[in-house]
Amino acid sequence: MKVAVLKFPGTNCDEDVLHVLRNVLKVDANIVWHEHFKADSFDAAILPGGFSYGDYLRAGAIAAHSPSVKQLELMDDDCKPILGICNGFQILVEAGLLPGALLLNSTLTFICKWVHLRVEKTDTAFTNLFKTGQVVKMPIAHKEGRFFADERTLKRISERIVLRYCDENGRVTEEYNPNGSTENIAGICDKDGNIVGLMPHPERASEKILSGNFPDGLLMFKSMLKWMRENE
Amino acid sequence: MKKFRVEVILKCKRAARDPEGETIRENLLLVHGFKNVESIRTGKYLEFIVKANDVEEAMKEVYRALNELRIFNPVIHELKVSVE
Repeated sequence: MKVAVLKFPGTNCDEDVLHVLRNVLKVDANIVWHEHFKADSFDAAILPGGFSYGDYLRAGAIAAHSPSVKQLELMDDDCKPILGICNGFQILVEAGLLPGALLLNSTLTFICKWVHLRVEKTDTAFTNLFKTGQVVKMPIAHKEGRFFADERTLKRISERIVLRYCDENGRVTEEYNPNGSTENIAGICDKDGNIVGLMPHPERASEKILSGNFPDGLLMFKSMLKWMRENE
Repeated sequence: MKKFRVEVILKCKRAARDPEGETIRENLLLVHGFKNVESIRTGKYLEFIVKANDVEEAMKEVYRALNELRIFNPVIHELKVSVE
């Protein structure tokens, strides 16, 4: 099993994701330059956070035209796991692999803090080791993370909401919506559950020394391995 | 009083490089074969809805805001103001 960690110009969380995969989970993983990425060489792909192409035009908008997106579509045809974290989520949304849009935070500021999240959906490639309704804690670090979808889209994707911002008891309220996301949405998936995008950073919550709520983030990557084993 | 829509476009003066425009052109347009596009400049668009008696008064109000509140930076920005 081999995992690709995609790198675009401006990606800056690739080493963190690679560290978790290689050193914490002992998984075969490589950082792959987006122009060199080939779907059939890998069993999963992770698009890490950062500022691809300087966030110019819109966050993720230019990377969404990279040749790697065609390869991701090929991976999707085989139901291989694809995870977009933060800027990776923005790229997947801009590429049309996930619905909606990610807009400037309602605070107009860059927000960097730990948040509570409620796991809404567990039959995905990245949440199958969680319990529905489980409250987890991960950090967010973004300025353009306000998930937006119009009413028609929301209706269509109501079963595809993976994570919602909430309080420590799992209550989803506007007070605990850090960036103004529609319905407190922090993460969504595609119709088959193999593509997941989220604004929080699971790779920053995957080791005891970094996270009081260990192993919340690590479980996302472990879920991916389980999905890969079961779909081999 | 009537309502007027005053549109303001702010962009960097030619003397200042615009990395965002350059990136959009080089990594999106040129990559996809739009070879006739020589340059792209980005900017900011502001739409003012202004209550005023006439066009002149509406423009005056917007210019006053632009100047007094330093909505644009005269060192680097050039302005295009139009009204409906």
